[in-house]
Amino acid sequence: MKKVFSFPRAMTDKRTHYCPGCTHGIIHRLVAEAIDDFGIQEKTIGVAPVGCAVLAYDYFDVDFQEAAHGRAPAVATGIKRVHPDSVVFAYQGDGDLASIGAAEIIHAATRGEKITVIFVNNAVYGMTGGQMAPTTLPGQKTTTSPYGRDTATVGYPIRVCELLATLDGPAYLERVSVHDPKHIIKAGAAIRKAFDMQIKGAGFALVEVLSSCPTNWGMTPKDALRWVEEKMIPYYPLGVFRSPEEVTSCDA
Amino acid sequence: MERVMMKGNEALAEGAIRAGCRFFFGYPITPQNEVPEYMARRMPEVNGVFLQAESEVSAINMVYGAGGAGARAMTSSSSPGISLKQEGISYIAGAEVPCVIVNVSRGGPGLGGLTPSQSDYFQATKGGGHGDYHLIVFAPGTGQEMVDLIGLAFDKAEEYRNPTMILSDAIMGQMMEPVVLPEMRPELKEKSWATTGKKGRVKPNVINSLGILDKDLELMNIKLQEKYARIEANEVRYEADGTDDADLIVVAYGTTSRVVRSALSMLREEGKKVGLLRPITLWPFPKKILGDLAAKNKRFLVVEMSSGQLVEDVILAVNDRSKVDFYGKLNGTIPTVREVYEEITSLLQKEGRA
Repeated sequence: MKKVFSFPRAMTDKRTHYCPGCTHGIIHRLVAEAIDDFGIQEKTIGVAPVGCAVLAYDYFDVDFQEAAHGRAPAVATGIKRVHPDSVVFAYQGDGDLASIGAAEIIHAATRGEKITVIFVNNAVYGMTGGQMAPTTLPGQKTTTSPYGRDTATVGYPIRVCELLATLDGPAYLERVSVHDPKHIIKAGAAIRKAFDMQIKGAGFALVEVLSSCPTNWGMTPKDALRWVEEKMIPYYPLGVFRSPEEVTSCDA
Repeated sequence: MERVMMKGNEALAEGAIRAGCRFFFGYPITPQNEVPEYMARRMPEVNGVFLQAESEVSAINMVYGAGGAGARAMTSSSSPGISLKQEGISYIAGAEVPCVIVNVSRGGPGLGGLTPSQSDYFQATKGGGHGDYHLIVFAPGTGQEMVDLIGLAFDKAEEYRNPTMILSDAIMGQMMEPVVLPEMRPELKEKSWATTGKKGRVKPNVINSLGILDKDLELMNIKLQEKYARIEANEVRYEADGTDDADLIVVAYGTTSRVVRSALSMLREEGKKVGLLRPITLWPFPKKILGDLAAKNKRFLVVEMSSGQLVEDVILAVNDRSKVDFYGKLNGTIPTVREVYEEITSLLQKEGRA
């Protein structure tokens, strides 16, 4: 009998701390599957962020460094420069990457740093309890935008892939979503490609994953997934924003 | 052994390379620019990496990554830039990653000036960022020590898995002096704890300063404090010059100690019993020798280019067993030999020891 499903080798069996309905677990699994597919577990080094994924090193069975808030791309740069033949990835949330770490991600991208970045965008600060993020949608209520994000006073959400696509440095930029199985399969392919880019030495690769946060959005897991599809995707269109072939496609 | 004339900052940079440093991450700021500029030229010659970071914050985090990955890595900056690095330094101390940070200090607070100062003493010796931690802090007083102490700083950083700092200043960095450079170190051995990729290890290596569960944080701090106690027991370095028969001992480090030395030789020619105690490590601080000297009824004068930072550690070490006076300069210039000479002379006259 052919085995068609198994636990990824690059994951530990540690019990998750993520909330019920959170999609971090799915994204972790996709990353672990990519590591397994390429057989790179023994030479992969992860960098964990500050935020919900702060304990990422508990779930991946690979070497890890925990970074300060927003600094994961700089830490990953230091590691990759020491071990250019290893595979280095940073796993970051939206507050970490697009707010306090905006400088680090832009400069790692423009240097064409040969790292892989998994950017989880759930439009909210999760670990600290649901504050407004740089990617919080206009009108979206959070604990620090209790009347809804007012763009007249706090400005607009940042579209990270589009911003980074203005730079010459990145080799691969794609935005995906994990709100349903079809999109999860596409997200897995994008994450695999982002690792493949690094293995082939193509340069900086980032996959933005639209993700749900039922706890801080105050929704059921099912409603939260629908909210990703109906509210987030229109603002954050899915697609490839940079690839080595310079192919640009859109799939909303 | 080659003897060459070098600027302090360049002597330090070459000393780092000869000590096996192959990764430099920095950001431009005066008066330390000779360090990154030298590294930018020199690193490619030794297959090393020089990277100008987008910020001081990124530079120190690149050092954290590279040091955690097992390499000899360093950054250098000057006072305002060192303030920016404090977050990263705290993480590095907490995660016990070896690396070297160089502060070619200038006057503050705020943007301050470009002239030499010793007003970063508190920041360097008391931790600097958040949390209970210490760096091992070396204060070179000659061009030769710029070379020797950076080599020692890398060795001690690895021995204790602790960040170390060279606290220099604009004069030490800019002044040219003859130095003897050591031979290039042979390649360093791999570290068992570093993030290299598992490479067949059963357990992954995790570099981390998070202690959020149960008693993790308390245990992490107990372990750090035990290490700091070992460092205090084994790594105190100082120079004592003429302290045995002195009535008055001047305590000074770095640039200031050079001025003091000149003033003391004038006074000794006059038959005055004066000596110099020069801390070479600012942390761990040479408190035992100061306490022993205080117990022998010696009195002290602390000379520094600040409003009085080193003097607080001297007062703590002397612990009311003797008198401690202070002479400080605030305007970003170094005290003159004449000023120090007159200060000491007037102190001795007051005491009736002239």
